[in-house]
Amino acid sequence: MSELNLSLPLAPTVARVASRRVIKRLLSVLLSAACLSMLIWVAWLCFEWAFVNATVSSDARQAECVAGGGACWSVIVNRWRLIFFGLYPFEEHWRSVAACSIIVVTVILSCVPALWTATRLGILWLVGFTGFYILMRGGLFGLSLIREEQWGGLSLTLFIFSASVLIGMPLAIVLALLRDTKLPWISKSTGLIIDTIRSLPLLSILFAFAVVLPFMLPDMMVGEKLYRVIVAYALYFAAYQAEIIRGGLQGVPKGQDEAAKAMGMSYRHRMAYVLLPQAFRTSLPATINQFVVAFMETSLVVVVGFFDLLASGNAAYRTAEWTFAFVEVYAFIAAIYFIFSFGLSQYGAYLERRMGLGKR
Amino acid sequence: MKSWSSRRARYALLQALYVASLATIILTFILLARIKLAQQGINSGFDFLWKSTGWEMTFALVPTSPSDPYWWVLLMGFLNTLLVGVLGLTLATALGIVIGTARISSNTALRIIGTVYVQLVRNVPLLVQVFFWYALITRLPSPKNAINIGGVFLSNRGLYVPRLNVEAWATLASAAIFAAMLLVCLWLSVFARAGWLHAKRQPLMAGSVASGLAIMTMLFVMGHQTGTPFVDEPVFRGLNFRGGSHIQPEFFTIVLAIAIFGGAYVGEIVRGGFLAVSPGQIEAARSLGLKTWHVFSRIQFPLAMRAMLPMLTNQYIWLIKATTLGIVVGFADLFMVIATAITQSGQTLEMLGILMGAFLLINITIATVSNRINSAIALKGHQARG
Repeated sequence: MSELNLSLPLAPTVARVASRRVIKRLLSVLLSAACLSMLIWVAWLCFEWAFVNATVSSDARQAECVAGGGACWSVIVNRWRLIFFGLYPFEEHWRSVAACSIIVVTVILSCVPALWTATRLGILWLVGFTGFYILMRGGLFGLSLIREEQWGGLSLTLFIFSASVLIGMPLAIVLALLRDTKLPWISKSTGLIIDTIRSLPLLSILFAFAVVLPFMLPDMMVGEKLYRVIVAYALYFAAYQAEIIRGGLQGVPKGQDEAAKAMGMSYRHRMAYVLLPQAFRTSLPATINQFVVAFMETSLVVVVGFFDLLASGNAAYRTAEWTFAFVEVYAFIAAIYFIFSFGLSQYGAYLERRMGLGKR
Repeated sequence: MKSWSSRRARYALLQALYVASLATIILTFILLARIKLAQQGINSGFDFLWKSTGWEMTFALVPTSPSDPYWWVLLMGFLNTLLVGVLGLTLATALGIVIGTARISSNTALRIIGTVYVQLVRNVPLLVQVFFWYALITRLPSPKNAINIGGVFLSNRGLYVPRLNVEAWATLASAAIFAAMLLVCLWLSVFARAGWLHAKRQPLMAGSVASGLAIMTMLFVMGHQTGTPFVDEPVFRGLNFRGGSHIQPEFFTIVLAIAIFGGAYVGEIVRGGFLAVSPGQIEAARSLGLKTWHVFSRIQFPLAMRAMLPMLTNQYIWLIKATTLGIVVGFADLFMVIATAITQSGQTLEMLGILMGAFLLINITIATVSNRINSAIALKGHQARG
């Protein structure tokens, strides 16, 4: 292409401008109409499939569903207990429901700004998590003992998520502080660890911890598989979260640290009362995003043989009578994941707007 | 009050202790692992790489057999990962550009479509999507009733596409020419001394593309297998398709899932990049009388690209790592080959080392290339204006 043509364009007459604008406007209207009608058509097809032509009766099987022409929610009606609870004993399902509700309430409570201090959040999560664990495992207060191998479905997903975040968050703070020190050897070796974990696929870390570790360590150091997987998740979460916290720390104005030093505060107090609270505040949207990612990544435990929400969903349609109904089952599971992660990410977006970040 | 030198000594001690304890933990771990592995009769070392595997890969670019040595199978797995990565990232980028542009367009309907797509795809785990696409693809009609889209046949045994009847060397050579052509274009557009995307380089770029295409055509004509039609189309005969190229459902699934999932994330990055261009710059360009296309290609795109590149790099690295999910549908990428090799041969530490090394290599390559581009296109002598 030659040099830019910067000479004056043809003098704009009223007629030229008007005709150009009319054509542009017309094209835009046509495009809008085409897109909108396509959108409405697809939305209507989905609605028709999911509601109008759907079959919900619990006796319906393939023949009735195909005759209906829409979604076959009968599979969910028949198999929802398997999807939500996995192999958890039938009579004790209420415990799984109660435990899940505790975690959901804990998550919702953590979104209340009045609770945003380290102690309050720490106590909230410890109480919530202990309540969840006691309800699920039992063996106390007259509840029958149900071992971790029998846990499954949504409650296993939530357990892995909350346990790994609970371990991962303090670990992330420690890693971030170690990487942020002025002592070069400590910060470099910590940086190496963080970068190595971040460069590996999560799946390979899970595989190493869940499958390979028992072959490599003395039996007494191995521990139960579920807890090894949680440690793997916690490590991975901590490596990513540490970088987010470090970014937040670097965003705190230098003057803050200097002022705190000038007042004679020790390193511990400067971090705990001046720097970390501000770092968390600025990195809050990124942190919530990381929570969403961590929640969705719990689905990878399927690969190392756990019966979480996704695996029990797979089991729900992989029987001879329901094998045709995979779309319904995946739509159902996707909807559950969607509710959690969309809710959380919308909250993150709301915080970002409120804090006036993201404005350029 | 501690003196300066005693504080320095304390810091040195602290650092030495920290590094020493880290090293001790890692060394103890390796030592314990070697003892335990030796008890199971597994010799450490990389000699096993030259032994034959005894199992077969489900997918490889070059036909493999159970008598192939480990290093060859590992290399094939690595190539599979790269192939899925390159294809998936390319498609994800293309889709992301479309979605990102739709998200910022002035057309409300397009914006709604873009938003629905992004929210739907980003809030459902990638693994659920992989399972879903695989279930869908394996339930397509049988080859007999395959869906025909312009000569491409979709069936439950995968995709059948037409291919050229050319010798293998011609295919390889033209692939190399194609890669070289892309590299030359990248070089000319980014690292040109006159500044990136400079107009003076465009005839040169057009020339290199034209000559590259000409050489490729020549190679195809020269490598044409005599006595066969130039284009080999898949035809249904007997129970399956004959001719054409066959793309396995596993490969198709993982590329599709990466493209769709990555498209949503790349779309958000593209959108963010264009929103980062301040409206004043565009208005200034317009008031100088630049045409719409020039405003886009000279002002909006270069500025947006600068904002996008660091985030795109992270996303690409993330997506490359996500290709390991192919293991759930049985696609033989590097991770699956390594997992199989560990259970078959027991050479655990070595295999984990190779896996780490391979992913470090991929990540460092992506990061280096993008850092080079980033520093080449950075505004020189200016502070980026907010």
